[in-house]
Parts: sequence; structure tokens; C-alpha cells
Amino acid sequence: MTRRLKEVDAVLVGMGWTGSIMARELSRAGLSVVGLERGQDRKPADAFALPGIRDELRYALRQELMLDPAVQTVTLRHDDSQIAQPVRRFGSFLPGDGVGGMGTHWNGQTYRFLPSDHKLRSHLSQRYGAKAIPEDMMIADWPIGYDELEGHYARFEALCGISGKAGNIRGEIQEGGNPFEGWRSGEYPNKPLKSSQGGVLFAAAAKSLGYHPFPSPAANASNPYTNPEGVKLGGCQYCGHCERFGCEADAKASPQTTLLPVLAKDPRVEIRDLAYVSKLNYDRKAKRITSVTYVDLRTGEELEQPAGLVILSAWVFGNTHLMLHSGIGTAYDAKTGKGTVGRNYCYQINSGAQLFLENEELNPFMGTGALGMVIDDFNGDNFDHSGLGFFGGGYVTLNTLGARPISFRPVPPGTPAWGKEWKAATAKWYRHGATISVQGSNYASRGNHLDLDPTYRDPLGRPLLRMTYNFTDNDRKMSAFVTGKAAEIAKAMGAQHVGVRARSGDFDVVPYQTSHNTGGTPMGSDPHTSVVNRYLQSWDAHNLFVLGSSVFPQNAGYNPTGAVGALAYWAADAIVGKYLKNPSALIPA
Amino acid sequence: MAASTSEVAPPTATPASNDYAPSFFTPAEWAFLNAACARLIPNDDNGPGAVELGVPQFIDRQMGTPWAEGALWYMQGPFLEAKAEFGYQSALTPKQQYRLGIKAIDEAVQAATGKPFAALPPTEQDAWLKRIEKGEVKSDALSLKSFFGSFLLKNTMEGAFGDPLYGGNKDMAAWKMIGHPGVRADYLEFVAEAKPYPYGPVSLHGKRG
Repeated sequence: MTRRLKEVDAVLVGMGWTGSIMARELSRAGLSVVGLERGQDRKPADAFALPGIRDELRYALRQELMLDPAVQTVTLRHDDSQIAQPVRRFGSFLPGDGVGGMGTHWNGQTYRFLPSDHKLRSHLSQRYGAKAIPEDMMIADWPIGYDELEGHYARFEALCGISGKAGNIRGEIQEGGNPFEGWRSGEYPNKPLKSSQGGVLFAAAAKSLGYHPFPSPAANASNPYTNPEGVKLGGCQYCGHCERFGCEADAKASPQTTLLPVLAKDPRVEIRDLAYVSKLNYDRKAKRITSVTYVDLRTGEELEQPAGLVILSAWVFGNTHLMLHSGIGTAYDAKTGKGTVGRNYCYQINSGAQLFLENEELNPFMGTGALGMVIDDFNGDNFDHSGLGFFGGGYVTLNTLGARPISFRPVPPGTPAWGKEWKAATAKWYRHGATISVQGSNYASRGNHLDLDPTYRDPLGRPLLRMTYNFTDNDRKMSAFVTGKAAEIAKAMGAQHVGVRARSGDFDVVPYQTSHNTGGTPMGSDPHTSVVNRYLQSWDAHNLFVLGSSVFPQNAGYNPTGAVGALAYWAADAIVGKYLKNPSALIPA
Repeated sequence: MAASTSEVAPPTATPASNDYAPSFFTPAEWAFLNAACARLIPNDDNGPGAVELGVPQFIDRQMGTPWAEGALWYMQGPFLEAKAEFGYQSALTPKQQYRLGIKAIDEAVQAATGKPFAALPPTEQDAWLKRIEKGEVKSDALSLKSFFGSFLLKNTMEGAFGDPLYGGNKDMAAWKMIGHPGVRADYLEFVAEAKPYPYGPVSLHGKRG
């Protein structure tokens, strides 16, 4: 027996970054808002208190702040000839869990996508000819140009107090910033973080090779900061516990440190945690969502929450899964190319070079999630791809994130994994090892997609989301090329040993690579090839808006959160400025 | 929903003490675990080994957590054979891995040498562990290669380099060996320096080393 609740103006599914931003903007416009969150609502002052939050085993290894696969997971196959296997333990990517979502335990690397990333297909067609793009590469233009989104990128950066150095202010290239980036309306809200010794050496070597190093843009505040919401962030202590941890210093921008304190005092916003949404109830004829069904995990009771406006803010898997399971739109069929939901699923092609500098004190345990020096010379289309046999690229960075000792004990290539020799190498090299990483783009391919699994089910009895995904030749060639540049810089730094690992072979779900999964509900201008329009409004249900990286048509060589935050503000502006005045399709299908 | 991993016994005053009585492992299993740990991280000039650090005790205590029951994982069938790229596809929980894995290794060693693993000289123990690591020792019950890499070795490193709170890393000796200052972790004044950090480690309980 499902209990039907009183209708509210808006219901949000998922209370991470995008849900928190949208809740704030809809409340500001006077709407009553209910945010449903499957995980717990952890109070930072208690849950992230010292010293317990610095427990590597509990948070980094047992992943206490992450989603447990027992609650929800996906199945994986490399292509449609295989039977998909459930991802029983998360490894290569780690979905978030609880109020704050992945914003709770991210590193804070906050980039903008390149202007050319916003119009990828037309940009590459113009520069290399339309025929140069492989037939099965389903790259697309964003339906939103960089210039249109600049103010929204800036707004998210101001919310978070991003520390960095601008490289391009209104078209003028700035010394020390990224000369390849799109124009900015102004400088970053905070000055760059201090550089680690590894970063200093990386920058010098990159410069000597003719590249353009700049400090990684960081949602780790270099100074105490009060954001435009009036919420105060502390200054970063470089404790080395960002990724997989909550921040006890309130220095890492997260929903908890930027927005949730405002929402907690807002009588129009109610956040219900441990609310596991099972379905959106869809009126196909009226093209609208009437309500959301969820299970209260405290009692097991099933509830129905009617709402005038429904926001999917449940990350890539949750957004796509709920649309497929609720029968909204048409599932993508990789054989025919028809249908849209589940299309354009992408990941990221990350790789790196491990280097060892015997005479340098690198103090690898000091650091923060976005501390590093970066070059963007080989990202996107910042370099000529003529004759290279691939498109895309990645940034190359030396990050000093905090070498927590269970997980980060690099030893030179060829060292055994245990025993006397391993022990001697570990004792010798721990303080002298560093990693140069490549954050590589991933362009949509016809076969890579998401749909519903025929065999495996979740605890609510729904089919699991099935991922059909593998790397492409384009990805492997790109990775070999850009990883070669990382190795070149490592050698220029004078390293005694360099271990180089480009991404090759098949996608492996075990070793951690990145949690920058994208696509499944791509945005676009054509309802035959996209799930949402340029306002992130569903083509099939006018009161449904979809937020997060699930709307990316392909993935760029950048961390996605900057673009995800900007798009959330963009969609909020469209809802408040356009949709609420006349609730209907903002663009005719 | 997330099952807590913090429900472990409080630390004793001497985590790696000889009088620790295992609550999960049988005497034969305990003998194997101590012998194997002593080879994975041997006691030598670089510092104490896994046994001196309390790693067997750490692993025994971990067997009492939800993690060891597989409670955090997706454990619904069918369980099918798959390539390593698809990750863990066994129906066995970590507890079952240890129970069946140790039994299978001891049986294989017994059949070949007439002795259990723990009774072999260290060089022969190393040779067996290398063969298991490479997947050359087979069992009908489970993949010994996976047991070795994903459980025995991984958990040994967790115990050695994790906080003493969990029963290993006695006196933070593994952190001292590599130069890690534990949870001290306010490096604002040091991060831009290119010289050794001047202070010794601190544990979650505030003990200084």
C-alpha cells in the first residue's frame, strides 16, 4: 500500500551538488522543494571531526562515504556479444552516497571545458573536414555555447571559492595561467594554493620543454573565504585527506560547506534522507511526470510524492536508470542507432607516469585534492591532430594529493610486491616518489551505452543498469600519445626511475581510474539524438529536468564538476526565468 | 545504509602482543597466517615485520566487521566465470576466502612436502607464495591467486600501514620506516618546503611516536 503525500512545487531526486544548487534556486523563486536522498545526511561537524576523519582504512579502503554495491550497482560487458557481469565491488569508479553526494568526498579539481569542447563536432569538421571523424564516433556539439555559459561557470566558481590563476581574462592572456582556456569575465575568487616541491619541479621541466604550466584550479580554499551565499569556508591545511574523505576544516567546497547551511534554515526546503526513489510516475499523454515513488529506508514504507516539477539529480547511473525504468523516452538501441536514453555513455582515459627523484624531499603526504601544476598543451584540440590518427587529448599534471600509506607506496618498476626486496624499496622511495597523471578525454562511440540488465536486480527488485563499454582505438592512441608527453616531462625532471602506463587493452573495472562517468541522458538540439534540450528539459516530459554529467554528449579531458555546476545554474535560470511562467516544452520537439 | 566499518574492538595496550587469542582463526589457520605474514613483510634491518607489527591480529579483528561478511558488496547470483577485468565474481565472502584459501594452501603444501606451510623453512615458504601469486597452485574451491592478491597480501598491507587503532602498525613502526607522519596532517607551514618534515608520527588515538 503506497501512501500518497501532499503535492509540493518541486521534488529533487538526489541531493549532491546539482540537487543542492537547484533546491537553492527554486526556493529563491518561492517554490516549495522536497529533496529525496537515498543515503544518509551526515553532519560535517560530527561526521568529519578530527581525528577520526583521517582514517585511511575506514574511508579510503572500506569507502564509508561511498555507495555500497549492495545498495545499487551496475553490470558491465565490453560489447553486446558478452553476458554482463555485476560490478560486485566498486573499483574503477566510486559513486557517492548521502546528502552532499560526490561533492562530499571529491578532490576539488574544478575546470571549465574548452570553447571547442562545447561545439566539438562542428569544430573538428571545420578544422579537419567532416570525413576525418570516424563513422562510429558519436561526438556532438553542446546545445549551449561557451560564451552563453561563461557567467554560470563563474557563478559556480564563486560559490566554491575556487583557488587558481586565470589564463585569459576577456581575451587577454595572463602570465602564469592557462593560455588555452576560454575567456573569463574575471580572476579566480582565491589566489592559487602554495605549490609542492613536486609541482615546482614539474613546472620547471614543462617550461623547459616549451609547455605552459599553471596551477590546478582548486576547490580547496587557499584562504578563508565567504561565498555569495554568506557561507564561510576555512583555509586549506594541506592535510592530504580530500579524495574519499570529508573536510574537517571546511576548506574543500562541497554542498555541506557552500549551500546546505543555507538550505537547512530555509522553511521552503525539506531534505529527506534514506529515501530510495524507485520510479518516476509518467503520464505519457500529458508528457509530464506526476509524482515520484520512493521507499523510506527507515521503515520500509513506500511513499508517493506528487510534484509540479521533477528534477533528476541522481548522477549518471541514477538519472539514466530512473528514466529507463520509468519508461520515459525511448531506450537507445546500439544496433539500429535509434532511441536516445542510454546513448553517449563515456568515461575518461586516464594514465600516468610514476617517477622517482632520489635527491628530492617530495613530502608526498602533504597536499590537497587539487594541489598540482598542470599543462593543457595536449588537451582537447589545443594541438594539431593532423596525421595523429585520433582526436581528443588530456591535461598532464603533477598532483600532490596526499600519499596515504596503505594506498600510495610507489616502488620502481620491476620491484616485487612483497618480501625483503619490496620492503627495502618501500623504505627507500616513499618520500621520493611522485606521479604525473593524464586526464584524458573520451569521445562517444556507437557501441558504448547504458540499458537495463536482463538478469541482475537491485534490492528494490528493479533490473540493474547495464553498461556496455570498452575503450576504442581512438582512446588507446590518444592515451599513448599524451602519456608519452607525461614521460617526457618526468625524464626532464631528472627522474632516476620512470614507470609509464598508457591506457591499453580492455576497460578494467578493478583499478581506480576516475569517477568521471558521463552520458546516458545527453543534451542536444535534436530529439532523435538527445534526451534533453538545451535547457536540460526532457523532450518527453516537460516538467522533468535532468542535471549532472549524464547530459554530456561526450567527455572532455577535464574534471567535470565545473561544467556540472555551471549547467545546474543554467537549467535553474531556464526554469525560473522561462518554464515557471509557462510550464510547457521550452523548445518544440 | 552504508554499513559501518568502525565497529571494531578498541585497541589493546600492546597491539602485537604474543598473548593475543584469535577470535576467528583456528590454531592451524593462525599458524599459517603468522607464517605467511612473516614472509610478506619480513622482520629485518629496515624495521619490524608484519608479525611484529600485529598484522595477523589486524586480520583476525577485520573478520568481525561487516566487510568480512561481504555485506557491502553486490552478492546476488548467478555467479559466473569472467575475465579479471570484470572484477570480483566469487560468491565467497572474505571470511570464506580465508577459511577455504588457507585450507587449500595447507593441503597443497602437505601433499607435496608432508608438512603444513607453517612448518616449512622460510625459503620454501617464499617459493610457495610466489607460485600462488602467479596462479600456479590450483584449488577446486577457489582461485588461490585471487585469495593471495586480493585478500592475504592486500589485508597484510592494510594492517601494516593502517592506523594502530585496528591492531596492526604497532608503535607506528611501519610509518616510521617510510617517513609518514600519520594523522598529524596540518602542513600549511611545510608544504612549500623541500626538506624533510621534522616531526614523528601521531596516531588516531593521539599517541606520538
